Amino acid sequence: MKSHTSRRQFLKTASAAALLPLPAIAQSAGPKVVVVGGGFAGASAARFVKQADPKIAVTLIEANPTFTACPFSNGVIAGLRPLRAQQFNYEKLGDAGVTLAFQPATGVDAQAKTVTLSGGTKLAYDRLVMAPGVDLRWDGLPGYDERAAAIMPHAWKAGEQTLLLRRQLEAMADGGTVVIVAPANPFRCPPGPYERASLIAYYLKTKKPKSKVIILDAKDAFSKQRLFQNAWAALYPDHIEWVALSKGGKVNAVDAATKTLKTDFADHKADVANVIPPQRAAAIAQTAGVADRSGWCPVDPVTFESKLVPNIHVIGDAAIMGAMPKSAFSANAQAKVCAAAVADLLAGKTAPEPRLINTCYSLVAPDYGITVAGVYRPKDGVLADIEGAGGVSPIDAPRENRALEAQFAEGWFKTITGEVFG
Amino acid sequence: MTGMRLTAALAFALAMTAGAQAAEAPAGAASCSGCHAANSRVDTPVPPLAGRPAADIATAMAEYKSGARKGTIMDRIAKGFSDVETQAIAAWYAQQK
Ligand SMILES: Cc1cc2nc3c(=O)[nH]c(=O)nc-3n(C[C@H](O)[C@H](O)[C@H](O)COP(=O)(O)OP(=O)(O)OC[C@H]3O[C@@H](n4cnc5c(N)ncnc54)[C@H](O)[C@@H]3O)c2cc1C
Ligand code: HEC
Repeated sequence: MKSHTSRRQFLKTASAAALLPLPAIAQSAGPKVVVVGGGFAGASAARFVKQADPKIAVTLIEANPTFTACPFSNGVIAGLRPLRAQQFNYEKLGDAGVTLAFQPATGVDAQAKTVTLSGGTKLAYDRLVMAPGVDLRWDGLPGYDERAAAIMPHAWKAGEQTLLLRRQLEAMADGGTVVIVAPANPFRCPPGPYERASLIAYYLKTKKPKSKVIILDAKDAFSKQRLFQNAWAALYPDHIEWVALSKGGKVNAVDAATKTLKTDFADHKADVANVIPPQRAAAIAQTAGVADRSGWCPVDPVTFESKLVPNIHVIGDAAIMGAMPKSAFSANAQAKVCAAAVADLLAGKTAPEPRLINTCYSLVAPDYGITVAGVYRPKDGVLADIEGAGGVSPIDAPRENRALEAQFAEGWFKTITGEVFG
Repeated sequence: MTGMRLTAALAFALAMTAGAQAAEAPAGAASCSGCHAANSRVDTPVPPLAGRPAADIATAMAEYKSGARKGTIMDRIAKGFSDVETQAIAAWYAQQK
């Protein structure tokens, strides 16, 4: 416990002054792995590289000492759980032997194999794992910028934005209209906007029954669509309306001052507007040169090494993973495969061909869960679905199964956050 | 698959893993712990896998795959693995603590 305190102390010093400790660590004897981003992907990768070979010096660079998880944050918006239940710290990761640096990474020199922190410290690596997640594209939807997000929250990065949307729903008068703007593919958490619509409808139905949710969608199809729509017809027939791309759902511009969402056909005036803008791999991935013109990072499907820059691996939402969706489950599964591959490569071994699983749980109501799952293997340079496996919960499953899946969803959240941060 | 053949295959898989000391997890095994907690302190209704007899895990997986055993999710996951892959995963989990 004593070493625990001193480690935390050390980290405070490291992030405040960024002078002595980190370069000293960087000179230790074993191979050096640096991880950028301490979310579901990066924190898992740091932990499992260290576990695979304790001789490897692992440093995790993360901008914030507190991590706020997105999965289950739709429950916070609906008033079902506190934001506190979403928050985690890195103490246990420190105890596991990972060196922590709470500063944003600002640069990567792939030639010299160093990462620069905002304080100016340079960290040398033999292999770099980048897991910075997504950036919201402030140039992606006319009228929607950071200032507009203070009025029409995205709540697509959990934290203050989640609470802002929650407060706006609480303040809304009964009879109000909530508009959710859903983006085109690819984006973080494909079923997320529809889970959010469901749980907001649950809140409205119980607390403000004359109100409704309208989803303006830039797509004609979405994840678990039949399951969501069946459940909506049963649970929220008067509370959710989905407007597809082909029905004029695509929002071309927004006006924050009047909370107006503009499509080719109409101006929708909202009482509460939740705008989920287009996304891309976070800035540091663009800076490092591992993102392509799509804004996302192409990787080898066996080791997750960048196809653009050697010795840099990219995992989680920032990467292009073929059939695997951008989810916390995927990010964690990729991290474990990547960590084993990095340890193998540093030991001069070839990484074996992996198999990966993803499962996205969504809650339509607190006691109504549905899933989409997939099992993946490398094929033609990307991760591909293994045919015959995966798919969605049966459309005709009995209500007990929906209740069971809601319980397993909560178990999943505890299990994965326990593995990553516990 | 018959019980006998399953056991023989398992013995083989076990011998293989025992050979490679501190064996790396076989393909797919790392993903299971997204739901089956490696840490027994986690409060979840999903049963743990670590330390379970390999035959139990392999039999359950084979039954989920064939449809003989019902589940909310395991049928969809088990179908992604061949019998050989499943047996390697089962043998590995049996050795974890
Ligand atoms: C509303 C909502 C609901 C969701 N529900 C689910 C769900 O039920 N199940 C599921 O599996 N997934 C869900 N997701 C998706 C999930 O949140 C993401 O897929 C997951 O967080 C991706 O992990 P990641 O590690 O790639 O990115 P993140 O978790 O975003 O982590 C990235 C980290 O990198 C750090 N970082 C970025 N740039 C830098 C830098 N330059 N220097 C230092 N640090 C940096 C950030 O601070 C952050 O901590 C949901 C998402 C949303 C928005
Ligand atoms: C998405 C979550 C999830 C993942 C990933 C997952 N499981 Fe499961 N597992 C469950 C659930 C939930 C059950 C209970 C049965 C059901 O509802 O499908 C279960 C049940 C089982 C059982 C039966 C246990 C018992 O005591 O009855 C076995 C064995 C099993 N899983 C093995 C595996 C293996 C091996 C993997 C990885 C290849 C795996 N599971 C991946 C969620 C998961």
